[in-house]
Amino acid sequence: MSQTPQHLQLNHQGQLRHFLTIEGLSRELLTELLDTADSFLEVGERAVKKVPLLRGKTVCNVFFENSTRTLTTFELAAKRLSADVLNLNISTSSTSKGETLYDTLQNLEAMAADMFVVRHSDSGAAHFIAEHVCPQVAVINAGDGNHAHPTQAMLDMLTIRRHRDDFENLSVAIVGDILHSRVARSNMQALKTLGCPDIRVIAPRTLLPEGIEQYGVRVFNDLRVGLRGVDVVIMLRLQRERMQSGLLPSEGEFYRLYGLTRETLALAKPDALVMHPGPINRGVEIESEVADGPQSVILKQVTYGIAVRMAVMSMAMTGQTTQRQLNQEAN
Amino acid sequence: MSALPEVGPLLQQMANQLSRYLKERQIEDPAFVGIHTGGVWVAEALHQQVAPEAPMGTLDIAFYRDDFEQNGLPPSVRTSDLPFTVEGRHLILVDDVLMTGRTIRAALNELFDYGRPASVTLVTLLDIEARQLPVRADILGASLALPAGQRVKLTGPSPLKLTLNTATH
Repeated sequence: MSQTPQHLQLNHQGQLRHFLTIEGLSRELLTELLDTADSFLEVGERAVKKVPLLRGKTVCNVFFENSTRTLTTFELAAKRLSADVLNLNISTSSTSKGETLYDTLQNLEAMAADMFVVRHSDSGAAHFIAEHVCPQVAVINAGDGNHAHPTQAMLDMLTIRRHRDDFENLSVAIVGDILHSRVARSNMQALKTLGCPDIRVIAPRTLLPEGIEQYGVRVFNDLRVGLRGVDVVIMLRLQRERMQSGLLPSEGEFYRLYGLTRETLALAKPDALVMHPGPINRGVEIESEVADGPQSVILKQVTYGIAVRMAVMSMAMTGQTTQRQLNQEAN
Repeated sequence: MSALPEVGPLLQQMANQLSRYLKERQIEDPAFVGIHTGGVWVAEALHQQVAPEAPMGTLDIAFYRDDFEQNGLPPSVRTSDLPFTVEGRHLILVDDVLMTGRTIRAALNELFDYGRPASVTLVTLLDIEARQLPVRADILGASLALPAGQRVKLTGPSPLKLTLNTATH
């Protein structure tokens, strides 16, 4: 039987051993992750930006879907932890020769990999790998279909926490293509878990998933109403490559109604943070002057992403090590 | 139970020793580095008495430990903070208890990732004679031989006090 993700990603002592989704993780664990990331952030400011924590470990970045930012920040994170890194772009590799996901990963496991960082266009791919392929290898979800992107969510949380003291009095708006966004899902769960009292999603009806209310969010179809008085605006990329025709009249229309411009940003609090997971589409969901403006923390998100991924990797490796010892003691 | 020394008089004696030591070596511009958590308290006390104008930093050696393979990352890692240039600096590295020497090995490795210090002087409040690496303190409060299975711990920050614990492992 399939294990629930919260069961699968924790070891018997409640430590992280895979990082698949925010769902089911406690506030304490997310806070510990953010605290650890804070310490790694300092490492990135040193002359030598490297610590010996994962020396001798092998990290495989297994990307079945294109990515530049996520892949390179995971690669940099692993290298700053002194791990050996292998990047595999599977979309152009064996699967096109007919090898299955299962076979590919078994081969990688035979190369004694200690960690898989997986991006896949199918929801649940990372979970499948952690459960069926190699439970003793730490699996990190770097984005699966429309389902989850937990490291992106945690780097967003770190960005918010470093600019605002806590989550308890915040209004956060997530704007754009919620339907196709794994970032939105993971962010809603993370904000909820960390105690954010006012989470708003702003999107046209056609770009909202059914049952969005289950996340405990307020839904707005009008940007100009939804942005009023928020502390943080998280813009999403308009995912043109995923968009089925007919969901939107045109990009121009979307920008007019849902684009973040100097005019619409003025409705939020004067010091509201502007965030975006990237890559940004200038003039499609965000105005250049806003993306490059004083309230934008978009590039800081990239820097924080490295620290968050270092924290996730070292915590998952810790959880795997501890579990191996527990198993040995039990035998 | 063996009697543990009072921290106050030890610190006074160490401060005197350290002042003499720096004078002898003509070190006029040192920087203090305390190792989390107990070492920071000891460093702060010495810093006040010896050279309050000198910069003071803190080090958490968690990312440099040699037991990650066995124990993983400790649950709470503090941020290392060295608000000065390490390159060419005379550093005074301070810890509370010197035992196996492994913490100091990790601390030296971490310090060198910030730059090449001119010198490192090691200061510890206590030396529990259980060395596993060739490390010794330049300035030492007191030496103590502990019965097997016992650990000594500094609690603080005020008052600073040494307590005896039975080791968990």
